[in-house]
Amino acid sequence: MSKNLFVGYNERDTFMHRLSGSTKLIGFVSLSIIGMVTFDTRFLLGIFLFSIILFWKSQIKLSEISFILKVIIAFAAFNIFLVYVFSPGYGISIYGSHHMILGNPNQFFNLSWEELLYLFNVLLKYTFAVPLALIFLLTTEPSEFAASLNKIGVSYRISYSVEITLRYIPDVQRDYRTISLAQQARGYEISKKANLITRAKGAVQIILPLIFTSLDRIETVSQAMSLRRFGRHNKRTWYMARRFKMADYLAFFVIFLIVIVGVLLFKVNNGRFWNPFN
Amino acid sequence: MSNKNRSVQTVVATGIGAAIIFVLMKFIAIPTGISNTQVNVAEGFLPLLAAIYGPVAAGLAMFIGHALNDFVTYGSPWWTWVIVDGLVGVAFGLFKRQLDIQSGKISVSKLVLFNVYQVVVNFVGWVLLAPTGDILIYHEPAGKVYVQGLATWLLNSISVAVIGTVLLVLYAKTRTKRGSLKKEK
Repeated sequence: MSKNLFVGYNERDTFMHRLSGSTKLIGFVSLSIIGMVTFDTRFLLGIFLFSIILFWKSQIKLSEISFILKVIIAFAAFNIFLVYVFSPGYGISIYGSHHMILGNPNQFFNLSWEELLYLFNVLLKYTFAVPLALIFLLTTEPSEFAASLNKIGVSYRISYSVEITLRYIPDVQRDYRTISLAQQARGYEISKKANLITRAKGAVQIILPLIFTSLDRIETVSQAMSLRRFGRHNKRTWYMARRFKMADYLAFFVIFLIVIVGVLLFKVNNGRFWNPFN
Repeated sequence: MSNKNRSVQTVVATGIGAAIIFVLMKFIAIPTGISNTQVNVAEGFLPLLAAIYGPVAAGLAMFIGHALNDFVTYGSPWWTWVIVDGLVGVAFGLFKRQLDIQSGKISVSKLVLFNVYQVVVNFVGWVLLAPTGDILIYHEPAGKVYVQGLATWLLNSISVAVIGTVLLVLYAKTRTKRGSLKKEK
């Protein structure tokens, strides 16, 4: 099923594959939260290197992720361009000093080391979690994902919804392709050649049947689940759930250490930013 | 329908709804030229999901669908926007009783009221909440995020107004109208 996604689970036997899904989920969530909040360049670089090493260790091939990498690079480049164009002096106002490279602080368009450092931070924030997310996606089996959500405290109904989503994405995708081809055969244009209005009309002719067949499917699946007494008890067990092993506890310890370092750095830096200009 | 069945239906509607949102976001998004902002067909599907299955299903489905889409396209979700999208779904769901789509009667005045409501909801979400979150959490310059927020507000409102309204009307037509059966004399 995961073949239809742009990136998906691939069976291998590495350290990362053997860790339980819950461990990887907790690791990804806690590292991305601490990385989202902090603006300490050293810390962000540290996490980035750490995640690159893990990525290399999990033996993911570059060809599996080349497409997603291109999208991420384009996304990051364009956003950084926008961040700069909208306020080139933002770095100066954050760090409260100015070491100019071009122009002076009174001009709107100028370039300072402060701005460069801020932009570098932004770039790191866009990219540092990417290897972690890719490791997570490529080394965790989709059905284990739902089990791990439940294990970390998400209600099993919501976990089951996520499971259903992962299960039905390929089906909805296949329906979409079939309907799209059928409608194109009848003459609806949805490619880039057509203008916006024609494309919009074509899109509507595809999504209408897609949505109405899916509503029927919701009905069928929920009746089947009611018949099997889904939701009768307050808890349920998961076929794909894994027990924590030694490696998992070790991983928790490492994650905990990284988060503690991140929190301590707020104290050391007196805030979210690391300021080398003082 | 009993309460138990409703809750099972909510779980399934959330799951399959999120799958539809994911596929719509991935394949039928029309780019506009402003970064990360596109005419979002998925946003137009949201009112229908909300009108049938209520706030919990719509909010969670949007949250899961958007987060998964960000995951597989950008590597990591842009949490502020994902959360706001979920909240917009919840807000649409709160209008379920007013729309009462299962009755099969959907008047022009109901649709107008809904559209006023959705424009306000989108304004609060995309112009007030999302950019403010971006500034607080991601420390992005205010000018950039407010321009993105404004663009998203306009595009999402248009998407909901056009696609959302069409879907609501078409769905209502498939429902049997209340009191449509008469006793033969």
